[in-house]
Amino acid sequence: MSASAPDIAAKPKKGFRLELKTVGPLVALLLLVILGISLNENFLTYNNLTNVLARSSFIGIIAIGATFVITSGGLDLSVGSMAAVIAGIMIIVMNSLIPSLGIGVGVVLVGMGAGLLIGGAAGVGNGLMITRGRIEAFIVTLGTMGIFRSLVTFLADGGTLSLNFQVADVYRPVYYDGLFGVPWPIIVFALVAIGGEIVMRRTAFGRYCAAIGSNEQVARYSSINVDNVRLFTYILQGVLVAVAVLLYVPRLGSASSTTGVLWELEAIAAVIIGGTTLKGGYGRIWGTVVGVVILGLIGNILNLQSFISPYLNGAFQGVIIILAVLLQRGRRAS
Amino acid sequence: MKLLKSLLGAAVIAGALGGSALAQDKVTIGVSVPAADHGWTGGVNYFAQQAIERLKKTYSNVDFVFASAPDAPKQIADIEDMVSTRNIDALVILPGDPDAMTSAIKQVKDAGKFVTVVDRQLSINGVENLYVAGDNPGLGANSAEYFKQALPEGGNIVILRGLPIPIDQQRFDAFVKGIEGTNIKVLDDEFANWNRDDGFKVMQDFLTRFPDIKAVWAQDDDIALGAIEAIKQAGRENDMFIVGGAGMQQMLQRVAAGDKLVPVDVSYSPAMIATAIELTTSHFTGGIQVAGRYILDSTLITKDNASEYLDDKSPF
Repeated sequence: MSASAPDIAAKPKKGFRLELKTVGPLVALLLLVILGISLNENFLTYNNLTNVLARSSFIGIIAIGATFVITSGGLDLSVGSMAAVIAGIMIIVMNSLIPSLGIGVGVVLVGMGAGLLIGGAAGVGNGLMITRGRIEAFIVTLGTMGIFRSLVTFLADGGTLSLNFQVADVYRPVYYDGLFGVPWPIIVFALVAIGGEIVMRRTAFGRYCAAIGSNEQVARYSSINVDNVRLFTYILQGVLVAVAVLLYVPRLGSASSTTGVLWELEAIAAVIIGGTTLKGGYGRIWGTVVGVVILGLIGNILNLQSFISPYLNGAFQGVIIILAVLLQRGRRAS
Repeated sequence: MKLLKSLLGAAVIAGALGGSALAQDKVTIGVSVPAADHGWTGGVNYFAQQAIERLKKTYSNVDFVFASAPDAPKQIADIEDMVSTRNIDALVILPGDPDAMTSAIKQVKDAGKFVTVVDRQLSINGVENLYVAGDNPGLGANSAEYFKQALPEGGNIVILRGLPIPIDQQRFDAFVKGIEGTNIKVLDDEFANWNRDDGFKVMQDFLTRFPDIKAVWAQDDDIALGAIEAIKQAGRENDMFIVGGAGMQQMLQRVAAGDKLVPVDVSYSPAMIATAIELTTSHFTGGIQVAGRYILDSTLITKDNASEYLDDKSPF
């Protein structure tokens, strides 16, 4: 805790002076928005913005979990494959319960419950192997990444698992409908983000995460239960992956071995763009949210223009990501 | 005693010779395919294993070694293992990345094995004994033909492409050539990586960008299924139609049911791997000539002939 204390205590003293280090991601976001507006008049329409936010929400919810994991000095590479396997099992559970429960909200609720349970269990598995098994997080989650990915391929028999058509109709509104015209995925993303920000800033757990990531030994001597805090970050990550999947399944009603490919990299990228340090010790939830929106907008802008060759999409993405981080680091040096 | 020993020795030698003679009669065929990383390769894995099961039952003297690899280096390692440890007589391979694997496959050929290449052309000619593939330019050309017929007055269309590899380019070029000289205008084309989620995203953005779209050419059923959800979300399913490709069951059911949004599909079946395995096996069991090039048609599947392609057991 002592390691993170200066960070937190120092903030108010700085007063209202805006630091580019803090607002760096926001500047990058603003530049992207200006680019988007200049490229296409439909960019700022309500429909386009809700489209982008809704489809970014999966990565967003996962990335908030990843912020906690990374802040406490950990890493979870398995989230993308985990999402695929949760989606696959949810679909299997729902399809197999139709004869006994009939088609309706009941089946969907049981499916959602199953999803959350599997997510939590996967998190417990990752967390126990890392904390009790004393294996590097990178290796454990690289291993489970492969295990989950093959598992979903196996369950789908190499093909695609599709949700029963009528159940899919019952479930569909969870992605496509919303409250006061705001789609559900955006609402859930916002709630998770606000909750995450509060936990990170205002609770002992949040401070412990930063302390462990900053210096594990010091944290241990400060009588923080390092293993349990770490374990809990992985469980939280697992549950949040499940929450993201609950919103993903109703979109296309299917899961296959391509579901969630590279989501882990997108989530980690969003976390780092947002200002969290990859080696741990400092985490910023709102930054992660900005990072996720930046990544979502890059894809959107590329589709809204036609003068960058589609062959160069990856390059454009790379330049923006590096620029977004450069904007923060540049000020740190001066 | 001495006599007994030499008798024993002779028996051992005879046994060994007999054993090797028996092994000579047995034919081993190696089958190497890319891992099921999307719907189509999933179908390849399914049809390959199905063909192997069937042929094993039919021919007791034919044995198969099956391997599925996530990337080119692993696939190269697979075929090297097949040659050195499993002593295969023939190799049936669908190369994930044909350019990267050409020299490895050539080594198998140089070792005197019968080589069958499926779907993807190697970077040098004359390596394979047998080439079995779908008709990629045909897929583009047949789709273009349908677009001309369905949009006689022309109109705005968008194209969702696959991955930047030669197959995609062949389809795209043939399609663009096919609609040349008509009033069909391609507003834009973007890569959707033969993936449903990307199909959804790209289509959503195309719908935002273009208020008037008469048709979508997705050239793949996975992409098309994602795009369909985006079109439904925007409530524009009555304004346009979409043409995929490959012959996925879910799409064929829509075609058979007369869905206006999905009026036709173009076949490009992953079952071509089964065709290749069957032909390669015939080379050994039937003694018939199979070497050459075997191109499966990319047929236009309409409401009238969809029933021929429906198979509820197929996971693809």
